Amino acid sequence: MIRTDRHSTRFAFHVVVGTLAVLTIAVILVLPLGIIVKEAFSKGFAAWWNALRDADTLSAVKLTLLTTAIVVPVNTVMGVVMAWAIAKFDFKGRTFLISLIDLPFAVSPIVAGLIFILLLGPRNGWIGPWLDARGIRLVFSTAGVIIATLFVTFPFVVRELIPLMREQGTMEEQAALSLGASPWKMFWRVTLPNIRWGLLYGVILCLARSVGEFGAVSVVSGHIRGETNTLPLHVEILYNEYSFTAAFAAASVLSLVAVVTITVKSFLERRIHRKGA
Amino acid sequence: MSIEINHISKHYGDFQALDDISLTIPTGKLVAILGPSGCGKTTLLRTVAGLERADETPGADILFDGVSALNSPVNRRKVGFVFQHYALFRQMTVADNVAFGLTVKPRAERPDKATIKKRVADMLDLVQLSRLGSRYPDELSGGQRQRVALARALAIEPKVLLLDEPFGALDAQVRASLRHWLRHLHDTINVTSIFVTHDQEEALEVSDQVVVMNKGRIEQIGSPNELFSNPKTEFVMNFLGEVNIFHGRFERDKAVFGAKGAERDEAEAKMLVRPHDFAIRRARPSEGGIAAEVIRVLTAGALVKIELVDESRNLLYVHQSHAEYVADPVKVQDKVWLVATSQRIFRNGEDWSGDYVI
Repeated sequence: MIRTDRHSTRFAFHVVVGTLAVLTIAVILVLPLGIIVKEAFSKGFAAWWNALRDADTLSAVKLTLLTTAIVVPVNTVMGVVMAWAIAKFDFKGRTFLISLIDLPFAVSPIVAGLIFILLLGPRNGWIGPWLDARGIRLVFSTAGVIIATLFVTFPFVVRELIPLMREQGTMEEQAALSLGASPWKMFWRVTLPNIRWGLLYGVILCLARSVGEFGAVSVVSGHIRGETNTLPLHVEILYNEYSFTAAFAAASVLSLVAVVTITVKSFLERRIHRKGA
Repeated sequence: MSIEINHISKHYGDFQALDDISLTIPTGKLVAILGPSGCGKTTLLRTVAGLERADETPGADILFDGVSALNSPVNRRKVGFVFQHYALFRQMTVADNVAFGLTVKPRAERPDKATIKKRVADMLDLVQLSRLGSRYPDELSGGQRQRVALARALAIEPKVLLLDEPFGALDAQVRASLRHWLRHLHDTINVTSIFVTHDQEEALEVSDQVVVMNKGRIEQIGSPNELFSNPKTEFVMNFLGEVNIFHGRFERDKAVFGAKGAERDEAEAKMLVRPHDFAIRRARPSEGGIAAEVIRVLTAGALVKIELVDESRNLLYVHQSHAEYVADPVKVQDKVWLVATSQRIFRNGEDWSGDYVI
């Protein structure tokens, strides 16, 4: 009898916790997503489509795509190189470098944006006026948006790869070299295949963030419509102008990116756990 | 291909891993480098392979067939290196692992696909794994992985084969069978080989020549038999097989054991006796006997192993053949006398052949 009692208490406990979990997920995650979709299509599919075809929205989409197309490859290559250096070699200042990599995560994105204004601002920045005199404008421009996004999304790939590469050690690479492989061939044939799933995971996160980054970009972009507005910035502007349908239409595109990201991410996570790479 | 190592030293910061090592390995021989962990044996092997750089000291060189290899990087040395933990490429099949060294060759030197395939099949045959070509490393047992690592190293037709603790990570039975197999394999392919081990039995059984290392230096080089029967230092005798150690001192150039003397030298005397070099007597011998009491007798095994304690409660070990044992079986608590039929005395670790008293 005691056994049964304990069983039923435990069962009740599971039911309560389970229900709470599902409710929390529903309220916090699914509901907002549903509202975005509902609002985006509240005036019908045609209205949604027209809102997306608006010239300013299209330009925002283009800038976001351009930023992503530059940021993701750069941070992927930099990330692999940095992770390689940190994971496979011991040198003075290694730990310091690792902490430095975390900096973009540690500071608020707004502060990150302000750093660039302070540094590159055309009037009061440290090196901004010098650049401005030579006709180079690195803030309040497309370049500014790209620089800020590069900064904010830098840690994703590196952070993902360091523990992975550290765990794998250098024995396989040494074996490849001893078998006559050039360092380049060693990298392509041994190092890269060993980290591919982790790398892809980092790239996906980096991509999601560079599409969705708001804070830092908001500070450095200068909100020049049709020029330096990314999609998230554009959503804010539309919303402040009470163009709800347009705002939610743009937001629905961002949400789609998020959903795809999460799906790919969970697939990769399973892959990484199974293969250990 | 012969290997000549001349005056190689290696420091890691303040720690000296190798201290002026010189060594020649004749063509086609299988040589074991034997020593405790941290003695520098793996560092020496990795230096020969080019995986470590030796200190730049005058006269330092590594020659393959008389040609200096010191400045050629690891990927040009053409050495087959077998790593202790296999270091197989986890993302590749067994066959791709074995083919790796051939497929990474520059296009001009690379054999065509059919040749590579044939060579991989031959290598897998050689290590008796022909049916496992399509498996992945994590689907193999430890012994199989080790053989794949060996096949992979041999596929590039290396001039020398270097094995770092090749059986270190395997269990005792697999170890024993793989080392016989390695010896036969070496007799078949006859590549000059060096293997590093901390297991004296492995070194003595498999190799043509053993190099005993300690603290970054070479203690002694010789055939297994030479080392076992004529160890030059206390370390070598102690490391190669079991020993009983007796501490003593020097008095006027005479080693004195077990007695209280007046004048003594600074030098420390040690007498080492192998367990099978003790005879057990029931009666007190005329000279040099050690009184001891039997505390344990183990008869399961090829030898009868007897544990005793002397008067100062030090543990002593004696090995007898079953025939000897049966002729006069000792029991626990028997008081007996031990007489060394053969012993070696070392003065500060070095072989010493002067007078002694027990």
